[in-house]
Amino acid sequence: MPPQLKTLIPLFAIFITLFLVARYFLVPVSFGDQGHYRFYSVEENKEKVMQYAGKDACTECHDDKAEELSSGMHANLSCESCHGAGMIHYENPETTNIVKPDERVFCGLCHSFNPTRKDKIAQINLDEHNIDNKCIECHNPHNPWE
Amino acid sequence: MGISNKEQSRRRFIKSAAVAAGGLLATSLINPFNAVLFAMDKPEDPTKPWWGYAIDISKCIGCGRCANACKTENNVPREPFYFRTWIEQYTILNDGTVKVESPNGGMDGFKQPVAEEDIFKSFFVPKMCNHCSKSPCVQVCPVGATYETPDGVVLVDETYCIGCRYCVQACPYGCRYIHPEKNVVDKCTLCYHRISKGKTTACIEVCPTQARILGDLNDKNGPLVKFLKEHNCLVLKPHLNTGSKLYYNELSQEVG
Repeated sequence: MPPQLKTLIPLFAIFITLFLVARYFLVPVSFGDQGHYRFYSVEENKEKVMQYAGKDACTECHDDKAEELSSGMHANLSCESCHGAGMIHYENPETTNIVKPDERVFCGLCHSFNPTRKDKIAQINLDEHNIDNKCIECHNPHNPWE
Repeated sequence: MGISNKEQSRRRFIKSAAVAAGGLLATSLINPFNAVLFAMDKPEDPTKPWWGYAIDISKCIGCGRCANACKTENNVPREPFYFRTWIEQYTILNDGTVKVESPNGGMDGFKQPVAEEDIFKSFFVPKMCNHCSKSPCVQVCPVGATYETPDGVVLVDETYCIGCRYCVQACPYGCRYIHPEKNVVDKCTLCYHRISKGKTTACIEVCPTQARILGDLNDKNGPLVKFLKEHNCLVLKPHLNTGSKLYYNELSQEVG
């Protein structure tokens, strides 16, 4: 054995051991299981909290409203499109965080006149159409044509 | 006696001409590239879902409920310029100029400042992460903090991201932002916490016109593949070869 190796082999051994020890502490658990990322992160992304409950959840209690909605032009709308996220209310019906928007601008998000959505939806000019009243005084949002 | 210089250059010319002709013939045999089918064919495991998404521009009315619901569902900062999904209003004037607007991402509704008679064509384009199967953002991440899941969703590992902003630069669709409080990158997760539990995404849940469609590209009889078969869909920036899985029906070439 050449004499140089006597000093080099232990030196290399120390470097490699240090590298492996550092790597053990620095590379997170599950990194590389499925690719160049921490695989547990997929599960963490799945665990995030839902805010929107879905129309079926609303219908469990409010079946009368759902039935009314299904007969009109707004049949394809989800309850939460207008009433906001409902998961908290679904899990605890005592809560009152459900919104009931009644401002003209809210209806106008879809129904104010804009040539870009012409022919796609019923539209009015918010500045001219019955300006002193709220939309819902004449139009029932759950069945707009009644 | 050697070969003359003239003879050699003639040989070289014939050789390179033959290579060029052969090359042309070979490339003509390669199938034409189809960006829509490219990402569909990618999944390695056909037993798992391979998530894709479609947006029907002809149905979008620009109400902005999707952008609003996305912020609620995913705790996206409420102030403007932080969006996982937003809507753009494209207006092509009679003289050919193209106007693009997205006031507050479309969440407060749209006004059309151009008079109706001056408009050649106008439409709304909802934008979001394309969940590319060859994501440029994933390729540039120096630490492996963003990745494509086995079912085809591009996600971020918040605990591992160093906030270097390289992926924000790399995304050709502008779909990433740096979260102002967490100082890590944030993007559309395709509501991974919802779709993995059998629910649909928040934006689809609230869309009043069903302009958005989520589906499994592996399910050849599913709603998304059916939609792609029945409509003339395109992806954004197909020349970048990103393998985008966000398909648009009635996409105009003005949209970038």
